[in-house]
Amino acid sequence: MIVIENLTKRYGETMAVDAVSMVIERNSIAVIVGTSGSGKSTLLRMINRLIEPTGGRVLLDGRDTGSEPGYQLRRRIGYVIQGHGLFPHRTVAENIGTVPRLLAWEEDRIRARTAQLLEALQLDPAVYSGKYPHQLSGGQQQRVGVARALAAEPAVLLMDEPFGALDPIIREKAQDDLLDIQRKFGTTIVLVTHDIDEAFRLGDRVAVMSEGRLLQYDRPEVLVTRPANPLVARMTGSAERAMRLLSLTTAGEAALPLTAGESGADAIVVPTSASLREVLSELLWRGSECATVADANGAPLGRLTVAAILARARPA
Amino acid sequence: MSTPGFSLPRPASAQQSAALPRVDRLGALLTLLGAAGLFLLPFVTFKANRILPGDPRGLAQVLPVWATCGCWATLAAVAAVVLFAVNAPLRLAAALAGIVVTGTALAAAANALTPAHNLIVRVAAGAGFWLLLAALGLLAADAITRMRPGPGTRVLLLAAFLGAVGLTLAQGTFDNVSVMREYAVNAAAFAVAARQHILLSLGSLGAAVIVSLPLGIFCHRVPRLQPGVLSALNIIQTIPSIALFGILMAPLGALAAHVPLAAAVGIRGIGAAPAALALFLYSLLPIVANTVAGLKRVSPATVEAALGMGMTRRQTLMSVELVLALPVVLTGIRIVLVQNIGLVTVAALIGGGGFGTFVFGGIGQAATDLVLLGAIPTVVLAFSAAVLLDALVERLDRVPQ
Ligand SMILES: Nc1ncnc2c1ncn2[C@@H]1O[C@H](COP(=O)(O)OP(=O)(O)OP(=O)(O)O)[C@@H](O)[C@H]1O
Ligand SMILES: [Mg+2]
Repeated sequence: MIVIENLTKRYGETMAVDAVSMVIERNSIAVIVGTSGSGKSTLLRMINRLIEPTGGRVLLDGRDTGSEPGYQLRRRIGYVIQGHGLFPHRTVAENIGTVPRLLAWEEDRIRARTAQLLEALQLDPAVYSGKYPHQLSGGQQQRVGVARALAAEPAVLLMDEPFGALDPIIREKAQDDLLDIQRKFGTTIVLVTHDIDEAFRLGDRVAVMSEGRLLQYDRPEVLVTRPANPLVARMTGSAERAMRLLSLTTAGEAALPLTAGESGADAIVVPTSASLREVLSELLWRGSECATVADANGAPLGRLTVAAILARARPA
Repeated sequence: MSTPGFSLPRPASAQQSAALPRVDRLGALLTLLGAAGLFLLPFVTFKANRILPGDPRGLAQVLPVWATCGCWATLAAVAAVVLFAVNAPLRLAAALAGIVVTGTALAAAANALTPAHNLIVRVAAGAGFWLLLAALGLLAADAITRMRPGPGTRVLLLAAFLGAVGLTLAQGTFDNVSVMREYAVNAAAFAVAARQHILLSLGSLGAAVIVSLPLGIFCHRVPRLQPGVLSALNIIQTIPSIALFGILMAPLGALAAHVPLAAAVGIRGIGAAPAALALFLYSLLPIVANTVAGLKRVSPATVEAALGMGMTRRQTLMSVELVLALPVVLTGIRIVLVQNIGLVTVAALIGGGGFGTFVFGGIGQAATDLVLLGAIPTVVLAFSAAVLLDALVERLDRVPQ
């Protein structure tokens, strides 16, 4: 758990970060969004003390992060930046082994961990271990950057616009991979982005920042249904809020139980993981009223109607 | 104009070259130069003694007819190869064959013109010989460049070249050529000069590296200081070397006069001390500037990642920033080393020693052979240093940014 208390950074007259307080639960993803210059990166870098705060403090699992040398703290916290920052003179395996080597792990353990991470990120260790960063595509470099940040099994991962340089399709894949990884390793993630869609897709909680201040920090559906002020509403996109709300609920969560006699034999079958937004779009496209929600084996679990979906597009 | 318009001429010229053999431009130019050297200029000059003006002699005047014809025939074959062949190893072989023949002709001419046991007569290589050798050397260099050898191969080639030259000289092949006569007289002084020359250039370089690296790192870290430091070093760099030697003579002389310890460790107004100090000062700018440039080329994201992963500032500097900047820093060191090897020659004027002693001694006595005895090894030394450090830079710069 990360507790941020009154964290402040001042550069001369500029308040880069102004008395921000927030709590990030263990094993959750917190996403920080905001316009350019709103203080997102500064806030993130004060968590691992790449930037020393002017005021306030950060507690990591109850312990003040100021109580140990910064470099030691950073070895326990994963850090991924836009444009990955891989070491061009070191191979993929050497890049990933950076922090374990700083922590003086044994070579066997480093090798095993490197292979495990490369596999988890769908890079064949036999092929990629010995390559240099410039021999990889942008998406592969980004994945190696994530693997490097996770190498020493950090409990916390900080990510500053990690997908900013990827094209939309690879970016979506990278987001899915991140969710998988987060589930697999149980890492607590704080991620900074410009992209509100990305924030809603990844965040258990989303923090909206403007001019150094934290405007609102809550679950995504709360940001949509009850924005704390007009700026948050504008940022979450008031014109799209109904659709955004639908995108936050999956078909599995919203499915109505099958009543006796219903076979679940609608023409349209959707997986439980589909968002209501996707199901609605499919129903409208096909001019149909109902869809069957099926599990991975195709067994019907419930159904969804246009009316039931629309009912969820309004604040409760 | 559209792109296709530009690409049109290319296939046309390709067809042309298939129909009739293309003449290699560089080959043509160098063949002309070589021919001019061979036929228009004296191949050797004959002097009754060391200082008298020379009497020019052509190849045909000195060697027997069969040898002259053999020489011309070989060089004609070399010309044919460099004019028409594209194959780089073949061109290199031709150039080397030409160099061997030219060298042999010089040795033979010197032997033919020197009466037995006569140590007074001097037979010097003439302008024609030098021009021919230069043309052939350029051809060899061009052929090697076309073969794109890796850094290791280039060092091997250099070693082979130096080894071959060394062996030939040790064999006594050129003992009757005037420069070698001069060497025979000055052998002991030559060894001393060589040691001084190498020590002065490497020593001042070493001291400059020790000072410049931290200074460059400092300038990189504190960008405000950069313009000031660099322009101060730049001003030193613009002082002509002789003037700088002179400027340093006074304070060092005073230092030696008033501080006995300074005098005891060999610091004097003239000699090696002002020379070393001047070379050191000249060496600062290239290394500092290149250190700054090398560090600047390390991407900020890489540095941030290093710090973000828990490397200390020192670890980041040593194992990331400096490693990535090293090729650029080494380029600066290469500039300095080659520059110093040349400048040490001038240092002889204030008693710094080195090969310059022969050059200035030779100028004073109007003895060209003595000048060459100083100049040739200086050039070979500078050339070798350049090849070695270039290879090292390329070797280390395998990983692109
Ligand atoms: N080293 C610094 N010196 C002075 N001002 C700074 C410094 N670093 C950041 N700032 C200022 O602090 C504010 C917040 O910067 P920060 O980098 O945190 O913004 P950001 O939200 O990450 O922006 P972006 O989305 O463009 O990355 C900006 O106004 C910036 O100009
Ligand atoms: Mg930022």
